[in-house]
Amino acid sequence: MHIPDGYLSPATCALAYAVALPFWLLAYRHAKRLLHTRMVPLFAVFSAFSFVIMMFNLPLPGGTSGHAVGMGIISIVLGPWASIVAISVALLIQALFFGDGGITSFGANSLNMAIVGSLVAWASYQLLAAGAALQSRRRVLAAAVAGYLAINAAALLAAIEFGLQPLLFHDAAGTPLYAPYPLSVAVPAMMLGHLSFAGLAELLITGGLVAYLQRAHPELLSLQASRISVPSAAVRTTRKLWYGLAALMILSPLGLLAAGTAWGEWGVEDFANADSRQQMALASGQIAPPAAAPEGLARLASLWSAPFPDYAPAFVHSANFGYVLSALFGAGLILLALLLLSRLGGKQGQPE
Amino acid sequence: MSEQSFIAGGHRHGGHFAERLVHGLQQALEHSLDAEAISKQRGLLQGLDPRIKLLALLSLMISGILASQLVTLLLLFGLAVLLALLSQVSLRRLYRQAWLSVLLFSGVIAVPALFLVPGDIPFRLPLLHWGISLQGLRSAAFLLGRAETSASYALLLMLTTPWMHVLKAMRSLGVPVLLVALLGMTHRYIFVLLQTASQMFEARRSRMLAPPSGRLARQVVAASSGVLLSKAFLLSSEVHLAMVSRGYRGDIYLLHSFRTRRRDWCALLPALCVPLLILWKHA
Repeated sequence: MHIPDGYLSPATCALAYAVALPFWLLAYRHAKRLLHTRMVPLFAVFSAFSFVIMMFNLPLPGGTSGHAVGMGIISIVLGPWASIVAISVALLIQALFFGDGGITSFGANSLNMAIVGSLVAWASYQLLAAGAALQSRRRVLAAAVAGYLAINAAALLAAIEFGLQPLLFHDAAGTPLYAPYPLSVAVPAMMLGHLSFAGLAELLITGGLVAYLQRAHPELLSLQASRISVPSAAVRTTRKLWYGLAALMILSPLGLLAAGTAWGEWGVEDFANADSRQQMALASGQIAPPAAAPEGLARLASLWSAPFPDYAPAFVHSANFGYVLSALFGAGLILLALLLLSRLGGKQGQPE
Repeated sequence: MSEQSFIAGGHRHGGHFAERLVHGLQQALEHSLDAEAISKQRGLLQGLDPRIKLLALLSLMISGILASQLVTLLLLFGLAVLLALLSQVSLRRLYRQAWLSVLLFSGVIAVPALFLVPGDIPFRLPLLHWGISLQGLRSAAFLLGRAETSASYALLLMLTTPWMHVLKAMRSLGVPVLLVALLGMTHRYIFVLLQTASQMFEARRSRMLAPPSGRLARQVVAASSGVLLSKAFLLSSEVHLAMVSRGYRGDIYLLHSFRTRRRDWCALLPALCVPLLILWKHA
């Protein structure tokens, strides 16, 4: 799986770096925002964990053995962005210090295992374990399948990178200059090993790890859902609320259909108006209102005049549109106030 | 790491999976200590400014990837051998840690190319009558030649430069400070976690009366990985608290005091010229 130097052309290596770069930046930004000062020690230790996991040779049925990469379990526990960074760093150390995987092909290795592997693992786990309880058997199966799919997606991408080399980079006599096998050979050759042994190792280690964590450390399994990805969960929840708020704003003119008057929400002029007085009496159980507005109400009513009286701004002729405009204006003011408050509260919380 | 690696011998070591892991740890530690010891010797590469050395060796490595003539690859490989001899790195070490490992890994991948790559067939295998194409031979030679040359330069860099100097050189050359800090800390915690893992397996092995069945062995590996994961999480929390208590607020500062001399520029200039020469020849 670790592509050594010399297997991929310089153009392929450069392209892989170019594709991987935005993911690294995105992962870094996500991680920095979520973890702040925790990021460096957390990633360093989990990169080391990924490295050590790759050294665990798991005995497989049939007498052979294989090792996992760890993208499945790190994605499940810490989320895909943390997994991208942790596995990329582990791969870089492997390439530089231990010569496992090339330095020029580090971009391709990261793209295959750290980026595609982590994203596939996370997406498939989220899909398969959606709604399952932390202790449920479905989570173990979802983790196992996620690990299996992740390593096979990474292997398939590596096989495609290999298979494209002889098509694109050969000399005048047709000699392949880099990986020599076309897609028809590279894909089956890579996938045979990964669909069987390597995939099985990742499947067993990811599923086994989740089963173990369910028994011994369930808090680590809930970490990604409850802590690391709180903002992303919050974004999803907030999105639904935004839709709800927009629907309520559009439906706000329904208030015009309501008959009668809201009890207690009377103005000074209502006490002088015969129709309004009748409605006030109806709303108050046929008890007639006082002949004139109470003195206190009359005195204080002039203190503040609303910009949109009765949800009908003076410059708007349509009552329905006036309602919607008032809803927009009111909601906007509330959000602005909350934003200012959260900013003030956020500053007090530093440093994280 | 059952693939091409400077410590690839670890996974060819037979025995129980726990023994293999302990052996892998020993080899990683040995590699690290050897690299420290060799980097302190007096030699051509050890005497160069680490920044210049990093740039020069990377440039030669890229030259090997760019080369489209087997003669160029051979010359680059010869240069790697010469640099190793002038830097007190024995050819035996290069053979053991780089050449043999590459040969065993890339050789297995390259051999079918002799028969599978279509082209002119100068001769056939005696009994099987499989045709060996000229293009297949050349492509296998390219694959092996590039892999051997690159691995030689990568190993030379690691053996003649202390790891911290490699990191500082990377920082001086514009690699983000965060990545450099991550690499430094990860390198340290690899050994901490490897030691923890091998101690866990040793403890387990000392309490077993017979070799475990495949199923039990898998359960042990999964459970040990789980324990290691929780230990890793705990360790990261402790390291974080230790960092914060020492004033860490998210900004990383590294000290570097390298000095570039005339001989460094004399080494860098020809090293940078090689890939340019190859590109110019292509054009």
